[in-house]
Amino acid sequence: MKFSLIVHASPFSAQTSSTAYRYAKCLLEEGHQIFRIFYYGDGVLVANQQIAPPQDETNLLTSWQLLAKTHNLDLVVCIAAAVKRGVLDDNEAQRYDKKNANLALGFELSGLGQLAEAIAASDRVITFGN
Amino acid sequence: MTLHVINKTPQNKSLYLNMLNGLSSGDAILLIEDAVYSALEAHQSLFKALSPDDIQLSALEADIQARGLEDKLSPRFSSVNDQGFVKLSCEHDKIVSWY
Repeated sequence: MKFSLIVHASPFSAQTSSTAYRYAKCLLEEGHQIFRIFYYGDGVLVANQQIAPPQDETNLLTSWQLLAKTHNLDLVVCIAAAVKRGVLDDNEAQRYDKKNANLALGFELSGLGQLAEAIAASDRVITFGN
Repeated sequence: MTLHVINKTPQNKSLYLNMLNGLSSGDAILLIEDAVYSALEAHQSLFKALSPDDIQLSALEADIQARGLEDKLSPRFSSVNDQGFVKLSCEHDKIVSWY
């Protein structure tokens, strides 16, 4: 079956962001397809490449990146939510006159159209929020 | 048929009431994260109006274990692992998350 995931939850304040990762991993192991993962609200914070958690904590960013690379996943970050929280790609960094872009490799900034398309194109859509 | 996934403790009563009010026959409830506390015997009054044949009740195994609740769950709840979560998602045509 074709799934899309919407991740609202911040990677730092609750368990939900890691539940989303575990769910995505399990979906793929069970032979399902992930059409898109859409990060929205505080969920976008996981796409900041400057994240450097302590060594004894799980690094969700690298976990997502590895999963995406292995399975060629489409990780889309809501552009408005991201820019507001200081997660910028090269274009946005230039547009807002910021020194550095910090969108992590494997993620892409885009708009709600991508979310609407994912909802229309998937058999199942699941939201992870907190 | 809808799968309702809830992740907050039973203290979030209005969240539970909103979910319970929206149930239809054949729906299922899955407790994840802190919501697994709702599967304790002490909180079963929350679900007393539901007929067990009508609404399937389950809780996520990893979250139960993380909280040491393995032997304390009400028999109305079955424990499902991550594969079970995926299976429930496939068996229901909509998934609604309550948080």
